[in-house]
Amino acid sequence: MAAQGAILDRGRIEAEIISMLSGRVPGGVNVSADTQIVRGLGLDSVAILDFIMDLEDRFDVSIPLDRVAEVQTIAELSGAVEALMRAPG
Amino acid sequence: MSLFAKFDEIRAGVELLLGSVRNPFDVRFDKVLAPTEALLGGRTVLLFGTNNYLGLTFDAACIEASMQALEEGGTGTTGSRIANGTYSDHAQLERRIAEFYGKRSAMIFSTGYQANLGLISTLAGRGDHLLIDADSHASIYDASKLSTAEVIRFRHNDPEDLAHRLRRLKGRPGNRIIVTEGIFSMLGDTAPLREIAAIKREMGAWLIVDEAHSLGILGAHGRGLSEAAGVEGDVDFVVGTFSKSLGAVGGFAASDVPDFDLLRIVCRPYMFTASLPPAVIGSVTAALRRLSTDKSLAARVLSNSRRLYEKLAQAGFKVGPEPNPIVAVKMPDRERAAVFWNRLIDEGVYVNLALPPATPGSLSLIRSSVSSAHTEVQIDRAVSIMSAVGRELGVIAAR
Repeated sequence: MAAQGAILDRGRIEAEIISMLSGRVPGGVNVSADTQIVRGLGLDSVAILDFIMDLEDRFDVSIPLDRVAEVQTIAELSGAVEALMRAPG
Repeated sequence: MSLFAKFDEIRAGVELLLGSVRNPFDVRFDKVLAPTEALLGGRTVLLFGTNNYLGLTFDAACIEASMQALEEGGTGTTGSRIANGTYSDHAQLERRIAEFYGKRSAMIFSTGYQANLGLISTLAGRGDHLLIDADSHASIYDASKLSTAEVIRFRHNDPEDLAHRLRRLKGRPGNRIIVTEGIFSMLGDTAPLREIAAIKREMGAWLIVDEAHSLGILGAHGRGLSEAAGVEGDVDFVVGTFSKSLGAVGGFAASDVPDFDLLRIVCRPYMFTASLPPAVIGSVTAALRRLSTDKSLAARVLSNSRRLYEKLAQAGFKVGPEPNPIVAVKMPDRERAAVFWNRLIDEGVYVNLALPPATPGSLSLIRSSVSSAHTEVQIDRAVSIMSAVGRELGVIAAR
């Protein structure tokens, strides 16, 4: 696992996000880069926001709620995390 | 695609959950008889799901004040304060609220929801950072959506997590605005306000506390958790509601911040909605007077709360972390929660069914609220019925 706070490329961020989700999503849900966050994970809205808090801590970034609302897939979420790691503001 | 197709999943979930039980989102009372009793389907039920903490909805002085205001001021204001004017009673109630909290100024809103929506969304502008407790009420989340600030959630009641998230913002411009609640509406737990206030001071943030469920209950004068925790000077904006302890409808915000009254011309949920009608202002003013002078109400609701909380815990239910007027019982799953709620009504007890995602931690809850108007006999009867239904459904062990 990469050191917290170090800037990772999108592929590694994506792999970590998928790995973190694997223990959380209901059985039978396969998570990939193209998985839709709201409709595809089988998690309710609060569970998704709680997962985002874990991502913030894992990657040491703040992911504001409006940024969360803009992303639809795991790939887009990974891109948002990468962008925030490079330019937090 | 149908306009309502986006809600298909929610509809399917509700239909699956309810099956043949009553719809908990559409309870229709035939008649409310008293703060603690109503007729439902032709039968009397005990009310343990109303937020009528001080039992003032049928208080004779409140009703009389309301009727007098109605006769003198008419049925409604027909519009907003900025467009249609402020009645002297609006201004007087605002002064009373400011005096009650020992703040320079107060503003009243048409609902508690709008007080949060208006205050938070207006204060937190572009470039600011809004830090909200993860278990915040929907009105705080909706205010966050309406705000142009960056919104960050911190872990529920976790001051160290709040500090960590504030430190992460180091070096970035913009105000930091922390929002928390006195008593949280689902589990009835209180915020660690002393610690949060210390962080607010250390980090130079602003602090908003929603005392909707703690007004009239906590603190020596009933001013809520901020008073009980001794941090009123650190709370920049206190928000509250008239719909719970004060038995009416409406909301307010109070503050010492000098420019607070500027909100009257920039806060859209205040500016573009009808102001409260005279009858409401009348009863709220009387209720606030009663709350300020009669300490027995708070003492009774707290002792009643402890009684319900402790007896449910003794019966084997998993209850929330603190004995406050919101007493939540954790159910094993959504289905049993729905059936449990339904069986309680069969047996004559009305409570609230609270399900994810409206609940923290994906919990399915049976949420009770206690009133100073409840008698010990009523509380014991509710416990007895809940225990019997709990055993019947395997929520608690058989005796």
